[in-house]
Amino acid sequence: MSMRKLALYGALLLLTVAAPFLFPAYQTQLATLWLMIIVALTWDMTGGQMGYNSLGNIFFYGTGMYVGAVITITLYFPLAEYTDASRSETFTFTPEMYFTGMVLGTLGAGLFCALSAYAIGPLFFGLRGPYFAIGTLGLAIAAGEIVSNIDILGGGQGISMPVYGGDFEVFKKIIYYVFAAMGVVLIVFLSWFYQTRFGKAINAIRDDEEKAEAMGIHTLRYKLVTWAISAFFVGMAGSISAFQLIHFEPLETAYQTINLGIFMVVCVLLGGKGTLWGPVIGAILFHVFKEVTWNYLLGWQWVALGALIVVIVVFFQDGLMGWLRHRKPEWFGIRVESREARASA
Amino acid sequence: MDNIWFNIGLLLEYPIVNLKIIIDGVMIGALFALAAYGLALVWGVMNVKNLAQGDFVIAGGYVSWTLAQMGVYPLLGVPLAFVIMWGLGWVIYKTVITRVIERDLFTSLLATFGLAIMMAQIMNLIFGSDTQSVDMHWPTWRLGELGIIELPAAKVVGVVMAAILAIGVVLFMKKSRMGQAIRATAQDSRAARVLGIDTEKVYAFTFALNAAICGAAGAIIVMIWVIQPFYGITYSVRAFVIVTAAGLGNLPGVIAAGLGIGAAEQYGAHIFGIGYQQAIAVVLLLVVLFYRLMRQRRLRQVLQ
Repeated sequence: MSMRKLALYGALLLLTVAAPFLFPAYQTQLATLWLMIIVALTWDMTGGQMGYNSLGNIFFYGTGMYVGAVITITLYFPLAEYTDASRSETFTFTPEMYFTGMVLGTLGAGLFCALSAYAIGPLFFGLRGPYFAIGTLGLAIAAGEIVSNIDILGGGQGISMPVYGGDFEVFKKIIYYVFAAMGVVLIVFLSWFYQTRFGKAINAIRDDEEKAEAMGIHTLRYKLVTWAISAFFVGMAGSISAFQLIHFEPLETAYQTINLGIFMVVCVLLGGKGTLWGPVIGAILFHVFKEVTWNYLLGWQWVALGALIVVIVVFFQDGLMGWLRHRKPEWFGIRVESREARASA
Repeated sequence: MDNIWFNIGLLLEYPIVNLKIIIDGVMIGALFALAAYGLALVWGVMNVKNLAQGDFVIAGGYVSWTLAQMGVYPLLGVPLAFVIMWGLGWVIYKTVITRVIERDLFTSLLATFGLAIMMAQIMNLIFGSDTQSVDMHWPTWRLGELGIIELPAAKVVGVVMAAILAIGVVLFMKKSRMGQAIRATAQDSRAARVLGIDTEKVYAFTFALNAAICGAAGAIIVMIWVIQPFYGITYSVRAFVIVTAAGLGNLPGVIAAGLGIGAAEQYGAHIFGIGYQQAIAVVLLLVVLFYRLMRQRRLRQVLQ
């Protein structure tokens, strides 16, 4: 790695660490930004790098929320009493109980999501192209509808998480740093992962699955592992979101098919599919655009969002990185022979 | 768990309840089949999977509801919704769909998903999130012991209108020049172009026709049930279930699957409780997808 690149990454890391102190009023926003980056990067693992466009990755986010909450609560209290809507007693968590629950719940949520991705993968990866997208969308919608009918999980009301007893400012910083650490780990992991033989293999699956299979790649195994890794991170992010939001309910928060579930796809398309930094840049642009314009649109924000999706998909599908690659191929190590050079050769 | 067994027991003990459920299911299913036929049409002709299908249905319902508020006789709302949604479909084709036809399938899926969000939100802003319906003030017939089978006249008229619309569309596709051009384009768009068919015009016509069929279905739905801006996605999902189960260009299959899913949903709602009705529609989609997958696997083994 060259010195310049090293300095750039160092500066970015420093900015990440210092951000909540530089912009104390926007700490929650910054935490949500990291959440967007995480879900966009994990979506791109299967969507951009492996060619399986899922519309249902939000399933792992919602499941992560519920698993994290259930683990945290059942460590100390019976779940049925805790989620009973008519309960009168209050359940208090000491800081020690709170953080034990957060760590174990989040790890458990990640593992559960990874395992469930591995388990349901053989069914879903048989579906190709748009059928995969529709099937995964169906999975997310069905999960939300079913969970909202299960009383022990709070039914349609959802679950209220334990509340952090200490200072609220400290709480916001904790959430930010957990999300940021997860995001940085994910970026470092992916920059290594895409360089390995494994990364090349999933790219081969995207480019031509039949040929990849003929080359001796056990495609299903590669697809399962990639989906499981992506689900691991989304599940953990979901669990942390549950702690951040304090209260969540199944249809609008946990399995929010049309909010975060579609945002992650839009972020990736905006930034550029199949690149490492595209989803990150896309998530930043999208989140900033959304937060800046949201309050001025007076109720029309969701319409504007739908229009934005249509415009990005129809006119700007290669994304920022794709556009850059087209304009400045030498930045990406692509050599383009000019017409004169080819003519003289 | 106990009340599930109780509900199943109820079905076995009183067979007439089954009849009631099936009649209800068939009435709903007829309207699902209409939306699904439109989806199959667009899917087959221009290879666009329209996730905004359900929102066209709901939009048609709101057109008819608005007209009824303005004093138009509700039955007239059906042809008027057909015409107005035709126009909307044409506009959407010219602005968005025409640009995604040639692209990969995920593009059209995502673009129509964006459209679905837009339409649902616009309807929410204009009409509010309350459920709406048009009251026909028609009698309800009761049949069977204790009048257990309710047969509202509005539902019967709705099903008859759906049937008339379906027959009209089928005759149009079979007999008219435009219908023949549409079918030719579905078979091979390049050959159709070579033979002098303006495929761009055919695409626009097909998409507008689809929106119109959905709009008319929505105008019927608003007479016999309720509509709400965010109900669209479940109609889209049902349309996808039906088309995936029946296959493209298989009209009897679409009708059978539509009636089947209507009945299945009613049975599910009866056995598991009304809260599961949406979940059942979506789970049926997954079941149908995986069933197709298994069948293809078997086919693959035979080829090997």
